[in-house]
Amino acid sequence: MSAPASIPVDPRRDGRRLALLLVATPFVLWILLIVVIPHVDLLLISLHEKVAPRVFKTGIRNYVEFFGEPVYVQALVRTVAMSLLATALTLVIAFPVAYYIAKLARGRARTALFMACLLPFWVSELVRVFGWMMILRETGLLSNLLIWAGITAGPVEFLYNDVVVMIGLVYTSLLFMVVPLISALDSLDDSLIEAGYDLGGNAVSILREVVVPHAMPGIVAGSIVVFMLTLGNYLTPTLLGGKSSQWFTAQIYTQFITRFNWEVGSAFGFVLLATSSLIVWIGLRLTGQSLSSTLGR
Amino acid sequence: MKSFQRLLAATAGLALLAIAHPAEAETLRLLTWGDYAPEAVIKKFKAETGIDVEVTISNNEDMISKLRATGGAGFDLAQPSQDRITGPQTEFGIYKPMDLSKIKAELFIPELLEAAKKNTAVDGKVYGVAHLWGTSGMVVDRAKAPDIKTFADLCKPEYKGKVSMRLKRTALLGMAFAAGDDPFAAYSDKAKYQAIIEKAGQKLADCKPNVKAYWTGSDQLLGMIRSGEIVASEAWDSTGFKLNGENASINFVAPSTGALGWIDTFALPAKGKNDEAAYKWINFVMKPEIAAQIVESSGSFSASKGSDALVSEKLRKSFQEAFPASVIANIKWFPAIPAGLEEMEGKILDRVSAK
Repeated sequence: MSAPASIPVDPRRDGRRLALLLVATPFVLWILLIVVIPHVDLLLISLHEKVAPRVFKTGIRNYVEFFGEPVYVQALVRTVAMSLLATALTLVIAFPVAYYIAKLARGRARTALFMACLLPFWVSELVRVFGWMMILRETGLLSNLLIWAGITAGPVEFLYNDVVVMIGLVYTSLLFMVVPLISALDSLDDSLIEAGYDLGGNAVSILREVVVPHAMPGIVAGSIVVFMLTLGNYLTPTLLGGKSSQWFTAQIYTQFITRFNWEVGSAFGFVLLATSSLIVWIGLRLTGQSLSSTLGR
Repeated sequence: MKSFQRLLAATAGLALLAIAHPAEAETLRLLTWGDYAPEAVIKKFKAETGIDVEVTISNNEDMISKLRATGGAGFDLAQPSQDRITGPQTEFGIYKPMDLSKIKAELFIPELLEAAKKNTAVDGKVYGVAHLWGTSGMVVDRAKAPDIKTFADLCKPEYKGKVSMRLKRTALLGMAFAAGDDPFAAYSDKAKYQAIIEKAGQKLADCKPNVKAYWTGSDQLLGMIRSGEIVASEAWDSTGFKLNGENASINFVAPSTGALGWIDTFALPAKGKNDEAAYKWINFVMKPEIAAQIVESSGSFSASKGSDALVSEKLRKSFQEAFPASVIANIKWFPAIPAGLEEMEGKILDRVSAK
């Protein structure tokens, strides 16, 4: 039998395939070239044990190095704890703001308020952090203002402590919490809240039973984004925290750049990746959400 | 289809143009320190040779990281300190040997040229020639802190929150010398070296309450001293000279245990593409009149013979005040760092930073 010469080919199907290919190519290339391949490379480097100059063998000594040195473990634990606190604070501050913008503000006011949240992000993070430094340094605005007002006798140093790092982190993250919260709260029908009052609810019980459950995907999405951004932040903790910032990303930077110890640096990187993934997973479990119900919306 | 072909041809043409372009204007990609290649010198070099100089500002660790990342590609000439060449060269192979016949030796101060040659030799090949030298010690506002004479004095209780340093190996070594140890003599004995730097690391950790913030760039340090937020800091002499020009009570102070001397060199990255231009640049900037211009902008001293006679009176005065002959004789020159030592130091510094 001869080969079936005339299977009907649908030209439109080919066209659609081509379109799909064209649309998917940049995405696939991006993921492959910028995410997957470098990570595989880093993973391989992190498994290199240095024996002598230019001599390596495969092993997990770099990871043992991390767990064997309390300084590194402490830095990671501290970074995670501070990031969780920063996320919680951001949520507490952002929720009323988002609620006001989504539910109470109308028309112009709404746009203006949203713009006020957005505006600081028109300049880079570096500039914003330097702004804080100019205000808070010993010879800065706040210190001089206090002296001028006669509240303190001498200059006060506000920089280089954990409180300032926390302020900086919350300030930097606020927008990334406000936006998902607004979109979640926006979709809440006002009549549900009215119905809550009709059924004898008060502000607290309605917030707990109606508003928060409805906004949960937004809360979780915002929290994941803020937590990740904070955990991976380098500029804000380093510049505002100064000598005692001890941020884990700074440790990774030091290993790579000032110690040219890529092997240990990559191991640190993977420890950070594993830790953040674990914490996000735990967070999703605790709130009963899934990635697709939060970030996928 | 016709238009598609035309588009294709145009694209190919553009691509060819893009490839052909760099061949017209020759470039030298220079990896160096701030102020080592002033704009005026670059312009003169271009006028004389037609070569454009592309400057990337860096520091010792950053240079090694950048070159390690590419296996020594991306730059035609780098300027690491002489003690930071043999270690990284042994570990990463990021430089290529110098062809000394292409360098005009008569432009150099012979002792400095020889010292750098000796200190940058691996397997009998020379990897670096001297360019600028200077020392690390302290910058002190002598009106506010008249009694700071050694690194250990930075840790006196009355200067709590009033000093700074760079949390790098220089601070560690300075502290070791202040404690009466000689870390340089222990370079070849890892166990002994470990003991010395652990002791010095402890001193740095105890000193941390005195430190306002560890500086990472000289602009940051200048800001803290100019505003009066700190009264003394571990620093380069060039920073001291710069501040001395603005405020006579501030100057570089060499620790009584000896300032730590470094020589920054010229070294050829392993995959540099324009060695000829690199040699031309070296021979150009070592001419006394050009060298003097670089000394003026950087505040560091040149290995160029005769350049010191052409330096401005202001800089000379700052220098003479900070460096009487006895201080110069007491300079402790950094010997080449054996591979592996920096990892040991790194761990200690990490512990200090986590304190």
